[in-house]
Amino acid sequence: MDRIPILRMGHFLLVTIQVDLYDRLALNLEADLVQMVSKTSAQGVLIDISAVSIVDSFMGRIIGNIASMCKIMDAHTVVVGMQPAVAITLIELGLPLKGVYTALDVQKGMNLLTSMIGSQGEDEDEEEDDFDS
Amino acid sequence: MQVEKDQDVVPFRNRVKEFAVKIKMGLVNQTKLITAASELVRNMLKYANGGEIEIEIISRGRDNGVKLTFKDKGPGILDIKLAMQDGYSTGKSLGLGLPGAKRLVSEFDIKSILGQGTTITVIKWANG
Ligand SMILES: Nc1ncnc2c1ncn2[C@@H]1O[C@H](COP(=O)(O)OP(=O)(O)OP(=O)(O)O)[C@@H](O)[C@H]1O
Ligand SMILES: [Mg+2]
Repeated sequence: MDRIPILRMGHFLLVTIQVDLYDRLALNLEADLVQMVSKTSAQGVLIDISAVSIVDSFMGRIIGNIASMCKIMDAHTVVVGMQPAVAITLIELGLPLKGVYTALDVQKGMNLLTSMIGSQGEDEDEEEDDFDS
Repeated sequence: MQVEKDQDVVPFRNRVKEFAVKIKMGLVNQTKLITAASELVRNMLKYANGGEIEIEIISRGRDNGVKLTFKDKGPGILDIKLAMQDGYSTGKSLGLGLPGAKRLVSEFDIKSILGQGTTITVIKWANG
């Protein structure tokens, strides 16, 4: 299938990228995520790329696009689990991931999102969804 | 190998990885090489409708390396010096594919003839 599943966890959406993205898949993900954010009014998007071994300018641009579109819809984007070799390579490539926050793992990413949202205004009944992966 | 469509990018990257692993290239250098290769193959598809890529293992003294030759019969590049600059793009993009790829490899050579095509050769040494 040409789609990457998007999980809903409370106010957040979680996407785990398990395969090296080819173009069609990446573009579908971009479209699906934007649609999900607007449908669910999610306040944050977590993109787990711990299984991704190559991020080139194409994929970097997709991530950047997702972040800026989410921002327009008032949601934050956090990329989690970037492999060290990928991070080193991205710097040398010169790719600026503008407007994209990063965190070491999903849990830290959730904490970061929660703190970003918390500083914007209080939520009624915070729903805690536990999620182990 | 022949490259003609977007779906060829991932299998090509996997081939490059096999060669890099064969000469025991470290993970960071592998990642740099594959990312550079990915940029160059994308350019080839975007600007020249694909082309031909050769993957070889070469050695220099004790060091081994992977050499990639990207050959296309596209429009060629008018001003190579300009194309090699960060931020230059005729494709409304970021313009960091060529300069970025050069930074990621050990050796980088580009030849282009207008109307005939472009040949780019890169080498990444296992320990370079
Ligand atoms: N194989 C090629 N044939 C013809 N022109 C090319 C080729 N490769 C690159 N170019 C030209 O060189 C320019 C710079 O390429 P570069 O990869 O640096 O940037 P880009 O592809 O435009 O953007 P990015 O790679 O950041 O998405 C391109 O815009 C294009 O005009
Ligand atoms: Mg390019």
